[in-house]
Amino acid sequence: MSSAHGEIHAHGDGHAHEEGFWRKYIFSTDHKVIGIQYGLAAMAFLLLGFGLMLLMRWQIAFPGIQIPLIGKALTQDGVLSPELYNQFGAMHGTIMVFLGVVPMAVGAFGNYMLPLQIGAQDMAFPKLNMASFWVNFVGGLIMLGSFLMPGGAPQSGWTSYPPLANIAPPSQTAWLIGMVFLITSSLLGSVNFIVTAIQLRAPGLSFFRLPFFVWTQLVTAFLLLLAFPPLEAAGVLQLMDRVAGTSFFMPSGLVVSGEILSNAGGGNPLLWQHLFWFLAHPEVYVLILPAMGIVGEIIVTNTRKPMYGYNTAVYAIIFLGFMSFIVWAHHMFMTGMGTAISSFFQATTMIISIPSVIILTIFLLTLWGASIRYTVPMLFALAFLPMFAIGGLTGLPLGLTASDIYLHDTYYVIGHFHYVVSPGTLLALMGGFYHWFPKITGKMFNQTLGKLHFWGTFIGMNGIFGPMLLVGMAGVSRRLYDASIYQAAKSVQPLNVVMTYSSWFLAAAQILFLVNLFISLRKPKTPAAENPWESTTLEWTAPTPPLPHQNFPVPPHVYRGPYEYNTTSREFAPQALQEV
Amino acid sequence: MDKPYGWWLPINISTHGKPIDDLINSLHWFMLALFVGWGIYFVYCLIKFRARPGHKADSTEKHFRLPTYIEIGIAIFETILLVFVSYPIWSSVKNDMPSDSDSLRVRVVAEQFAWNIHYPGDDGIFGRTDPELIAPEDNNPIGLDREGDPNAKDDIISINNFHFPVNKPVRVDLSSKDVIHSFGIPVMRVKQDAIPGTVIPVWFEANQTGSFDIMCAQLCGVGHTRMRGEITVQSDEEFKAWLAEERTYLGLEEG
Repeated sequence: MSSAHGEIHAHGDGHAHEEGFWRKYIFSTDHKVIGIQYGLAAMAFLLLGFGLMLLMRWQIAFPGIQIPLIGKALTQDGVLSPELYNQFGAMHGTIMVFLGVVPMAVGAFGNYMLPLQIGAQDMAFPKLNMASFWVNFVGGLIMLGSFLMPGGAPQSGWTSYPPLANIAPPSQTAWLIGMVFLITSSLLGSVNFIVTAIQLRAPGLSFFRLPFFVWTQLVTAFLLLLAFPPLEAAGVLQLMDRVAGTSFFMPSGLVVSGEILSNAGGGNPLLWQHLFWFLAHPEVYVLILPAMGIVGEIIVTNTRKPMYGYNTAVYAIIFLGFMSFIVWAHHMFMTGMGTAISSFFQATTMIISIPSVIILTIFLLTLWGASIRYTVPMLFALAFLPMFAIGGLTGLPLGLTASDIYLHDTYYVIGHFHYVVSPGTLLALMGGFYHWFPKITGKMFNQTLGKLHFWGTFIGMNGIFGPMLLVGMAGVSRRLYDASIYQAAKSVQPLNVVMTYSSWFLAAAQILFLVNLFISLRKPKTPAAENPWESTTLEWTAPTPPLPHQNFPVPPHVYRGPYEYNTTSREFAPQALQEV
Repeated sequence: MDKPYGWWLPINISTHGKPIDDLINSLHWFMLALFVGWGIYFVYCLIKFRARPGHKADSTEKHFRLPTYIEIGIAIFETILLVFVSYPIWSSVKNDMPSDSDSLRVRVVAEQFAWNIHYPGDDGIFGRTDPELIAPEDNNPIGLDREGDPNAKDDIISINNFHFPVNKPVRVDLSSKDVIHSFGIPVMRVKQDAIPGTVIPVWFEANQTGSFDIMCAQLCGVGHTRMRGEITVQSDEEFKAWLAEERTYLGLEEG
């Protein structure tokens, strides 16, 4: 083990001196550079996905009214067309999930922090890591390119249900090919994460001394590795249906706008849904687990005490990961499911709520007896707790089939999962950004702008997703271009206006974030960024920023658990500290 | 009558909807209680344990019992909801189909972007359909074989207008011509995906008359938003009169 470390060390050192621009910044094998590449790409996609939604929200609040400023650039009359609305909707979901949140949570934070937190010099397979990013990048370009295709971007929802997706314009083919790239990238990455977390831990870093964030990344990597292949297979099947005339998802005798389809038939559209949700439910936990990991790190650091029930939290996320594979069909309760099958999936859905409640409880109990520092990252991490609680609780009426009969495919569902992913995961990711920014750049960000960014984001997100739950409760279906013709939607139209204004407010808050980012990057490096939060985990022991291809000048040795705050005579005892 | 639509559940006019509403409402009280309970504890901690001069974190290992009991309580509550509330409601909504003798049987065939309502006519037997015979211009959007099948002669097809009598169970056999749609009637607490290649039975019974929206709940293409139908719940006499009108409109002979 130690000799292997030495070899990599020498190898890495050599590179650090010779590398030109391209090897250093573009086709780098350094996990930190790859992490930043993922982070920048994901940030651009998150902003794009959000921008698409701003346009859609205008149409929802003010149906048929010209979009100010840029409307004329989109359509002739300046009003968002139903075609564009469906395209933006499908691409918002695709971009946010597969090109925004997952690359940010796993590709950026996981890539950058996992090797550092386990005291490794790099990922186990640095070239595979580089390949993973560039395959993801190609997938992203294909998705972007689909906007320019005849008939417009993919428009069958991010779920791409056949037969609708099978008969959609050519860009759906691009979507499928893009997905194959994105999935391949995830598979390459997940293998790398698993091997790295298991094999490259520093001496003394036993599994139950791992930072909570590493555990969440490890479980996430298993989910990606096991859940994505069925969707990759399904994507290829749909591709065959579209280009090779097969009928995996197509029954016979379909009549589309008066024409009988000539396909052979014999397929079943529900097969796609099963394969899709077999990925897409674990995917929900891919979105939330790294966020929980980040929140755990930030909360423990800023409460100045160990995590309450660390072992239980670890078992809870492992159980959560396992259970996430057997709840998928709760997305399909309305497809004609019988009592036996629906009973099974309701039961597993109720069971999976238990470990989620345990993790939330653990974070809340960690606050008891703490000395809470209200730093910028801590504000984001604390806000995650009630937001995730709302996201989780609103899952209850959807998980029980009886209440789901009414709520299924209404805005209540949209509100529910956005509370998990947007005020949940995104707040956690923003918190993680502020938490680790000093270590990554050697610079401190502006605290006031950080706090304003927090409050703007927190208020903006709740202004969008809170009323959305009520719109769903009133019975309004999702994905409607213009709901105003329905009685149920008329009564909640004022809420839609509130939501749209809130989305602008949220956008304004993100401008503060970008301003903060740029002015902070222009500041000189400061020693204050070395370990500003007085954290114990290994990444804070590394130089600032960590050395290229090497991280630590000397491979660290671990002597204690991850969160030794106020447990010894010291206020905090870093994991690499031998004597107390 | 209260306003039928507001910022919470709209009016319920179905016989099976009350337990669903009760479940939704009681779940939200439960969720609110948990959220407020956690919230009070949370805010208390945020104030009481804030960092300040002279205050130090207490890192001694503790084990609290109360959260475990709350956790077990939640698990028991969920089990009760599951076994004694959700399973029975689902079972009765999905399985307890009314018998043909005391119910109205209707076929609903969804298409981009309309709801075709197919009544069997006086003989109570649905005529044969064939995709080759589809001719929307001849009021035949579902390919009813009016020439070849005697059972089809008195069948009535209505587009987007779904009339049915009050206080009588209705059984709908739901299918789709093209893509997946979802047959949603908020005030009836009805929602069922229409899957092409499959016929799925749905039943409901209205206990109040009036006209309300049918909304498509599954993205079905560019006209998804326009896929609006209307139910008209009326007395048995009015319903019969409407059927007669439709028959005349379609040029069918008196049954």
